[in-house]
Amino acid sequence: MTKPKIPSPARRWHDMGGDTAGPIPMEQRPDADHDFALWEKRVDALMILGSAKGFFTVDGLRRVLEDLGEDAFETMTYYERWIMAVNQNLIEGGAYTTADLAAKMADVTARGDTYGDAAAPVK
Amino acid sequence: MPHDHHDHDTLSPSGHPYRADDDAPLSYWQVMEIAVRELLVEKGITTASEIASQIDTMDARTPSNGAQVVARAWCDPEFHAALMDDASEATRAMGFDIGALKLIAVENTGDVHNMIVCTLCSCYPRNLLGLPPDWYKSRAYRSRTVREPRSVLAEFGVILPDKTKIRVHDSTADMRYIVIPNRPEGTENMSQNDLAGLVTRDSMIGTGLSITPPPIGA
Repeated sequence: MTKPKIPSPARRWHDMGGDTAGPIPMEQRPDADHDFALWEKRVDALMILGSAKGFFTVDGLRRVLEDLGEDAFETMTYYERWIMAVNQNLIEGGAYTTADLAAKMADVTARGDTYGDAAAPVK
Repeated sequence: MPHDHHDHDTLSPSGHPYRADDDAPLSYWQVMEIAVRELLVEKGITTASEIASQIDTMDARTPSNGAQVVARAWCDPEFHAALMDDASEATRAMGFDIGALKLIAVENTGDVHNMIVCTLCSCYPRNLLGLPPDWYKSRAYRSRTVREPRSVLAEFGVILPDKTKIRVHDSTADMRYIVIPNRPEGTENMSQNDLAGLVTRDSMIGTGLSITPPPIGA
């Protein structure tokens, strides 16, 4: 009796190892590397701290990143995708509610038109 | 007397220019970052100083950590053995804690060249190299490195003999790799500290080689 041949399962979009693709983006070579912006470093810190405090695991973050889909991978920057995943996991973990977030985002948006203005400490 | 103008506001501690962030129009995702951060502070989950301290910790992680590890492995046979046996523990003992993750050191030899990638995401030995460069997270690097490593290497200017075997190591969320590049020839009399200066970030990712110093007197 021969084993039925199992078709290889379709890979999800993020499982891209082995695909063909264009050249490595060379403007981002080491010598041309820029440091990360402050807001990006803060996203990274929030990811580490939220995880250290037990609100989520790296698997929870990856679930959201992978569920964002391929369009988000092409159109959003790395730390844009990460803040979305961190936020989603923090809400699921009970850190705050969607209502808290909506109110706070409206408040932040009203502070100004640049990151510097919006991130300024509230007096 | 004119006052010299310094670039202290435009260069980061690592000597790279900051990306503009304060004067571009505020983006939706930046608003979300500010909101999430302030909510976590208001709810007593973290503090502003804890966040700042976490950023400092990350900023302090640069490829010079990894370079110190590699140079020591070149000079200290006992450390070399410990590193190859359990890289998480050996690097933790040097103050470069990778936490709960497993770290594996893969060593280049005359016959074998190693490269690391994360095909699924952006996993990287942050304790030794800091944050990954943008290209490491790119579709092109993630896709092609496991398919055609030689042509990827060629784009980085690394051409290896056909007889050199290339091993590509795919990192995961729980397991990270660091490449121990070959020690350049003619460095027998160099100090461990000077040797660390020959170890580039890319040589520890496997997209580069360690620097061969010019002959003395050249």
